[in-house]
Amino acid sequence: MAQVTLENVSKHYVSKQSTEVVAVKDFNLKIEDKEFVVFVGPSGCGKTTTLRMIAGLEEITQGKIYIGDRLINRIPAKDRDIAMVFQNYALYPHMTVYDNLAFSLEMRKLSKEEIQHRVREAADLLEISELLQRKPKQLSGGQRQRVAVGRTIVRKPQVFLFDEPLSNLDAKLRVQMRGELKKLHERLASTIIYVTHDQVEAMTMGDRIVVMKDGLIQQVGKPLDLYFHPVNKFVAGFIGSPTMNFVEARLITSHQKLYVEADGMKLLVPEEKARYLQGFVNQKVVLGLRPQDLPKASSPVEGETFKALVEIIEPIGNEIYLDVKAGRDSLIASVDPKTKVTPHEEILLQANLENIHLFDIESEMALL
Amino acid sequence: MHESFWQKILKFYLPLALFIIFLLFPFYWMFNTSLKPMKELYNLKLNPFYIHSPTLANVKTLLFETIFFRWMFNTFFVAILSTAISLSTSLLAAYAIQRLKFKTSGPTGLIIFFGYLIPPTILFIPLATIIFDLKLWDSLWSLVFVYPTFLIPFCTWLLMGYFKSIPKEMEECAMIDGASRLRVFWRIIIPLCLPGIFSAGIFAFTLSWNEFLYALVFISTTESKTAPIGLVTELVRGDVYHWGPLMTGALFASVPVALVYSFFVEHYVAGLTGALKE
Repeated sequence: MAQVTLENVSKHYVSKQSTEVVAVKDFNLKIEDKEFVVFVGPSGCGKTTTLRMIAGLEEITQGKIYIGDRLINRIPAKDRDIAMVFQNYALYPHMTVYDNLAFSLEMRKLSKEEIQHRVREAADLLEISELLQRKPKQLSGGQRQRVAVGRTIVRKPQVFLFDEPLSNLDAKLRVQMRGELKKLHERLASTIIYVTHDQVEAMTMGDRIVVMKDGLIQQVGKPLDLYFHPVNKFVAGFIGSPTMNFVEARLITSHQKLYVEADGMKLLVPEEKARYLQGFVNQKVVLGLRPQDLPKASSPVEGETFKALVEIIEPIGNEIYLDVKAGRDSLIASVDPKTKVTPHEEILLQANLENIHLFDIESEMALL
Repeated sequence: MHESFWQKILKFYLPLALFIIFLLFPFYWMFNTSLKPMKELYNLKLNPFYIHSPTLANVKTLLFETIFFRWMFNTFFVAILSTAISLSTSLLAAYAIQRLKFKTSGPTGLIIFFGYLIPPTILFIPLATIIFDLKLWDSLWSLVFVYPTFLIPFCTWLLMGYFKSIPKEMEECAMIDGASRLRVFWRIIIPLCLPGIFSAGIFAFTLSWNEFLYALVFISTTESKTAPIGLVTELVRGDVYHWGPLMTGALFASVPVALVYSFFVEHYVAGLTGALKE
């Protein structure tokens, strides 16, 4: 097991139109031993490219990658002591499950007994022992997934790489496998780098999350840090479900208090936050409000509540999502499931002022 | 919806029967002619589809008055060797063009394809010069080396399409698993491409088996001839066609190929459509 260090790693492509495309730019990260790190971002953000550079499937244009103390830039994939699970599993269709699991061990010229021992061990761990003599096409999606994972754990590699391994599974199975992979990580006590575009997967599985966009790291942090303290509008919008509401607003002062005023609302900025915002008074900002921070209020409170017109009601079960209109702005509010509302009704929503987010309108960086 | 018995016959069995007759008639005609004595062949008053006095004289003529076995052996020899050369070359070429993304991989593929478009009737003159310089004139080896000139382009293109259908991740996974490029090729690519290799092989084999022009030009000694050439040059004496032995020879020479085809037809179709079923 080992730590993985990426120093100023960049990847440039030459596209078919002969223009240079930057897929990853100045990627700096130190992944600790036994850490579960998730790279997350929309498609084309460079997360898979970064993973493939670590795997040795892409050349590194600039920068250095270390596994442990070993610089691996020029070391071929087969000698990096890593294992990878691919999105489409990439099982060898002409081999049985047993041979799929044994392949990497055969390549490393382990003894027959050792191979058999390790394959059995992995198969037991993943509960696929009874499938060993089958061919991949005779397996279900979940079983294939297990075999793909099994193929990596027989190796006992220093680092595990996962490239969107759950995206081909149906929703229910995905939740189940999510839990199993997490348990597996605890059991193996190994370094895992996991790529996904699904923020829920990232939040639930990662010790730390790396949010990427356009080849750049946006933020690195623990799941809840990203949720409560996003550094910019992109991270704020990417993490959390439903996504954060963004409203164009203006910071104003009245009676020596700082308010953030949008078309349909005027919210008081708490004292301890206001201190940092003196330079932005009378300027336009973007106000960010998570749906969960917008409960229904029973009576108006100055600087906290605002009127909203209900447009669509989406009951989820444990909460109800309301698509509402406050002034010109459309918002989503998540309210208690017992709330009685009807479409086109005007209701009062109460903003949780402790959790408001403010972003610069130009740079989109967080102001708080 | 159940079709009635007659509908089924009309829509399915009748067209099928017509097709079978169309395809198998040449074989029937060869068989029919090979068992007829010369007299019966030239008697227009007799029903040509029926053998009135069957005889094995033609078979005897073919087998004992010509060196037909030798020709068959020659044909086999050339077909097997040129197929082997073409397949092994095409496998490597197709893999390189498809998977090792070097700068000129696209143009290389195209140039190989153009090679296939040049008709043998143009090529045989320059090739003859080369064969002469290599001192292979009138030798079977000349054919062994000339046939790949048209077999390799076709096989390469067929296999390129096939390689394309194999997910790249499978190779990448094998490489991470510790296999070198060559190992990946042997353990993953070749087994997965067997249908493609089969069809390329069958195609190469039948083409070399039936090839006429190069064999006619490059070979003149009777002992070195392949079956198609031997039959035509030795059994058409002057302007006399010895139809009986000719047809017997044609039958003997075409049946092996037809059998090979019918056994591997499924692989062949799968190979041509380039489908890898996971």
